[in-house]
Amino acid sequence: MKQNTLSNKIKQYLMFGGVGTALFLCVVAVPFIYGLYLTLTSWDGVSASKPFVGFANFAAAFKDTTYWQAMGRTVIYSAFAVILINVVAFVLAYLVTSGIKGQNFFRAGFFVPNLIGGIVLGYVWKFVFNRAFVAIFNSTSLLSTPNGALFCLIFVSVWQYAGYMMLIYVAGFMSVSPDVKEAAMIDGCTPAQAMRNVTIPLMRSSFVQCIFLSITRCFVVYDVNLSLTKGEPFGSSVLAAMHVYNQAFTYKNYGLGQAEALILFLVCAIVGVTQVMIGKKGEVEA
Amino acid sequence: MTENERAARQKKISHAIMWIVLLVLFICFIAPFILVIINVFKTKADITSNPLALIGAHGFTFKNFPEAMQKMNFWRVFGNSLIITVCATVLTIVVSSMQAYVIVRNSRWKLCTLIFSLMIASMVIPFQVLMVPLVSVYGGTLGVLNHRITLILMHVGFSVSMAMFMFHGAIKTNIPLELEEAATIDGCSKWQTYWKIVFPLLKPTIATVAIINAMAYWNDYLLPSLVLTKKELYTIPIATQAFYGTYSTDIGLVMAALLLAMLPILILYVFLQRYIVQGVTAGAVKG
Repeated sequence: MKQNTLSNKIKQYLMFGGVGTALFLCVVAVPFIYGLYLTLTSWDGVSASKPFVGFANFAAAFKDTTYWQAMGRTVIYSAFAVILINVVAFVLAYLVTSGIKGQNFFRAGFFVPNLIGGIVLGYVWKFVFNRAFVAIFNSTSLLSTPNGALFCLIFVSVWQYAGYMMLIYVAGFMSVSPDVKEAAMIDGCTPAQAMRNVTIPLMRSSFVQCIFLSITRCFVVYDVNLSLTKGEPFGSSVLAAMHVYNQAFTYKNYGLGQAEALILFLVCAIVGVTQVMIGKKGEVEA
Repeated sequence: MTENERAARQKKISHAIMWIVLLVLFICFIAPFILVIINVFKTKADITSNPLALIGAHGFTFKNFPEAMQKMNFWRVFGNSLIITVCATVLTIVVSSMQAYVIVRNSRWKLCTLIFSLMIASMVIPFQVLMVPLVSVYGGTLGVLNHRITLILMHVGFSVSMAMFMFHGAIKTNIPLELEEAATIDGCSKWQTYWKIVFPLLKPTIATVAIINAMAYWNDYLLPSLVLTKKELYTIPIATQAFYGTYSTDIGLVMAALLLAMLPILILYVFLQRYIVQGVTAGAVKG
């Protein structure tokens, strides 16, 4: 049996999976491990030597107050954005699956913001906030105050992602068989009760997935932050991902920046995984 | 009025209300785009004095478009974006489907399951954790930044795990082993079997992977901005950002540049809207 020798198997693997594996190793696996090593050095990104400093970068990261301010801001931003994205997306999904005229047109329309990159969207909204809203409400721009800028970031993120999450909730609504709802109605449920006690519990996996996706996206948002507020006014709207970018590439603290990126990743992963675990616990099947 | 009639009427009214709510929400959703389109055709002074007016006091102007196109070097950056997106998407599909195939068909081999689980696990790593080492290895040590091919290969490397996962599911559930055995008996080599039998059967997944990744590549900003720093290599998002940095006070030009940045994908969406929505839904629900 020539086919089953180890060298043949490896040859076959490399023929089909060689390029994919190599790219994965070069772009993801090796940089990830090298990144772990970088956190232990105080490299400035230019010089050839990478002085080994042990865990000093992590100690510095924990003492970096601007980093933790950015992190706190990111948590507030994410909390509001995640809740609002999902509320809006759920309502939209409910409306576009209720069987009214032109629902496919609406579905396609709400998805439009997702087609366009965060950079362009940020500039479009910057114009809307700075010019159009100022003209309508005859006031100063929201983007010029710290709280206003954060509010704008949340607002734009909700607008951007609601259409995407809506598609997942639409799939969830479609997966709940009308028979189950009908049975509930025959048993005397009002439509609202059927929604609360039958449809929503059956859609639990959609909720878990949408919330997970929106958490992981919001925690590392960068391009809308860059184009919409650029961290201004006075650095009051710098989110964690932007802080990491500046720390590494603007201030040339590569080791510290990498350590802060790693902490951001861990925080995001812990929040995301906890959410999924809590969500999965109560899943029911029809 | 009978019970049925009343119920029907109630349904009609509630539908009408929902329709109005949807319409209002829809207008809110696309209002920013409409504002940009209105203001593209106005002079700078008209936009500043009244950004909401349909037609500026100085009337229509078509000046903004050609000027922005020329200053942004639009066809050049559009070409860059197109080449990078097309090449990276095709490469992602070829590479990841082949890898998924060999992993599914050798699922009892420990090495394959190890690679598979490593790649799945890696999907949670955000780009921020990888950007510093990437720049230091490929920029500092190897010095291969500022080539389109570098960006293309990096794009593929970042999305191969997710794409491979989707093809893995499709091959496992949809392609019967008997089919391949028949092909082998008829004299096909593994390679021929894959390209003639398996790959054509993966069409729906190919479409999904293509749509999700092409959109991600087209719109990506952070990775391209780190890899491509030369002006002649800029993609649309980087060029938009650079343009805004230089001409932010010339608001008419900015409007034209933003519209130019959005137009290609919006035009594509008009024609492929159904497929894009389907593809994204399939990708999101499986992913």
